[in-house]
This record gives sequence, structure tokens and C-alpha cells, in this order.
Amino acid sequence: MPSVKIKKHAPDNDMTPFVDVAFLILSFFMLATKFKPEEPIEVTTPNSVSSAALPEKDAFMVSIDKGGRVFVSVDNPQFRQILIDNLNKTRNLGLTPAEMKNFINAPSVGVPFGQLKSLLSLDPELESTKNVVKQQPGIPCADSTGGELYFWVRDALVAYSGRKLNLLIKSDNDTKYPVFKNVLNAFKKNDQNKFLLVTAPEDAPPGTSLYETRQNQINKK
Amino acid sequence: MASIDGGGDSGGHKKGPGVKKAKKMSTRVDMTPMVDLGFLLITFFIFTTTMAQPTAMNLFMPKDVDKPEDQNKVKESGAFTILLGKQDIVYYYEGLDPASEGNFRTATFKTIRDEIIRKKQNTKPDDLVIIIKPSEDATYKNTVDILDEMTISEIKRYAMVDISPVEYQLVKITESAAGIK
Repeated sequence: MPSVKIKKHAPDNDMTPFVDVAFLILSFFMLATKFKPEEPIEVTTPNSVSSAALPEKDAFMVSIDKGGRVFVSVDNPQFRQILIDNLNKTRNLGLTPAEMKNFINAPSVGVPFGQLKSLLSLDPELESTKNVVKQQPGIPCADSTGGELYFWVRDALVAYSGRKLNLLIKSDNDTKYPVFKNVLNAFKKNDQNKFLLVTAPEDAPPGTSLYETRQNQINKK
Repeated sequence: MASIDGGGDSGGHKKGPGVKKAKKMSTRVDMTPMVDLGFLLITFFIFTTTMAQPTAMNLFMPKDVDKPEDQNKVKESGAFTILLGKQDIVYYYEGLDPASEGNFRTATFKTIRDEIIRKKQNTKPDDLVIIIKPSEDATYKNTVDILDEMTISEIKRYAMVDISPVEYQLVKITESAAGIK
């Protein structure tokens, strides 16, 4: 009698395709990922339909957090060196070379000039320093002349003289408008009128004229 | 795990006594640790990755001019002023006089777009100027949102300027009448 033989499956399935896909995903994420630099403040940026990419080079960024504290950061360590040198001279900060080195390694700074020396004299490796860094009071800029931020902008412009400096403003959703206006003032006093606001991308709402224009552009291609 | 088939190691013939059997090494490698590590890395990268790269929005501010004759004049028919108030509420008026009867109106960020489009359609393109005046109570998000509306509705001429005391007073009165704190 012919008996139907049920082929016995091995208890372990062939997982090769599964593993292949897993590693494909892994390599995708490894290539696509970009690590955020650690910042002392948390900023949630608003959305905008703007599609221009954020420039990464020659960027002077002013960040404003929820509470209206103003921080400054410069992307290129070489220019950070020039900037802190300039500030040290023009504002008589009396920084030592070691303290200037701490500035070059710091991601962003937000203290009045009076406290800058004591902030930079701290050892960045210590845990207590990290707390101090998080509790910086922000750069004062609350007057019509732009406050101390004016000098930061001025010396940054000197440091970047001859090159195009991108002025980035990164601000939190809940920041009050007057703080933003003060920051703009500090730039305006330096004759800077062109800014880039850091935003998160968003699609143009359907039915609007921007949406139509973008659709037409896509169709032409 | 992933099985690469390469002969079992237990199915050899007996060669009789005295014949030493060369131990066959299995070609099958246990891939479990590798796969474990792979998935660990996947989860790590999924959590740390930021897909949406930040974008940059252009903002051009007018230069401060002291002399009134250097300033650009706005035609009354083409002026449309948007004031940003508390609680994501916007106020707008057409022309140059906010205090005239029924001119000063309230809107939200959802309805302001229709008003901008209406104004754009009813005005000669060269005359239309939208003036944005954020009050002290507006947030940064409001400011960016309204600038975004300019891009969305493709308004060519707009400017962001300071609010005047008269207008701020009007905003305050409207707010207290509507019970907005």
C-alpha cells in the first residue's frame, strides 16, 4: 500500500533571508543616522513648509529656549578660537589659554561676560560641571542695543571676515516674541538683516497656491 | 539558525576496528550571537536616528530707517495688517486705520489663510502688502506660523514690524471683551 510520506521538516527553519533583510535594515540605519551634538538646552522647533536644507558650514547659531535664555554656538573650532581671542581682548575677560580651550570644546555658551571666566575654568569632565552648564542663565540681550549678544555677533563677524556667515536662529515653540525680537535687534545693530530660522519640515497644505506651484514643478519634471 | 547545509557530522560508516575516523568539522556555523548583535544594533540605530533633517526658513528684516521719507509707503487699498495676540489668536484689519467701524476682526491660524487669499484675490498684485505685527504676548511659534502662511499663500511683499501702542490697546480691549487671559 502506498503510504503518503510526510516530509519531515527540520526543526530549525532556514533563516538566511530573514537575517539578510535584518542586516540590510541595519546598514541602512547606520548610513542614514546622524548623531545630534549634545546641547545644554532643549529646543523644540516649530514646523514650516520651507524646504531649504540647513547650512552646516560657517554657521553662527543663536538658540533660545522656552524660558527665553539665549545661547550662542559656532560650528567651526578654528573660528571659535578666533572668536574667543577677540572677545578676550575687546571685553577684557582675562581668560587663560586653558579656559579658552574649554570654550573651543564647549558645544554652546550662555552666560554673561562676567560669569564666562568662572564657567570656563571648570573642568568639563566633572559631573558637577555638567549641571552648571545646564543652568547657565543665558546671554543678556534685553535692551534696544542688543545687550551683550551684540558683542558676540560683532566679534563673530570679525572672526568670519571675508566669508559668508550664516546666521541661524533656533528658538523654541513657546518662546515669547519679545525675546526673539531682542535677538533680532542684536543682529540688526550689526547691520545683519538676513537670517535663517531653524525649523522642522512640513508639507504644503493641499489646495493652497504653494501646493499648486510645487505640484506643477513636479509635473514639469 | 541560518542553516547552511553541509553534511551531518554523525552519519559516517563504521570502518571497523583500528581505522581512525577523521573527525569531520561541521560547515554549519551557529549564527545566533551574530544575529542577536545585529538586532541589537538595529534597535540602537532606530532609536538614535533623526530622520527629518532640520530645514532653514529665510527671514529678511527691513533695515531700521530713522527718516520717515526713506520708508516705503503702503497704499491704503493694499494694506493688510495681521496682529498676533495671546492664545494663538490673530487679529487683522485692512487699510491703515484699525479703529474704524467693523474693520478690526479676530481670526485663528486656521481661518486667517482664507482671509489672506481673499485679500490677495481682491487686490492688485503690486499693491498688496501684508504687515505682520506680533504683540508681546505672541510666541515664536506664532511668528513662524504666520511667516509660513506668507510662503503658503505666495505673498510677495510682507514685512514684520513692531506693534504700535494704539493697536496693542485694541488687541487688549478685544481680548478682555472675549475673556482671553
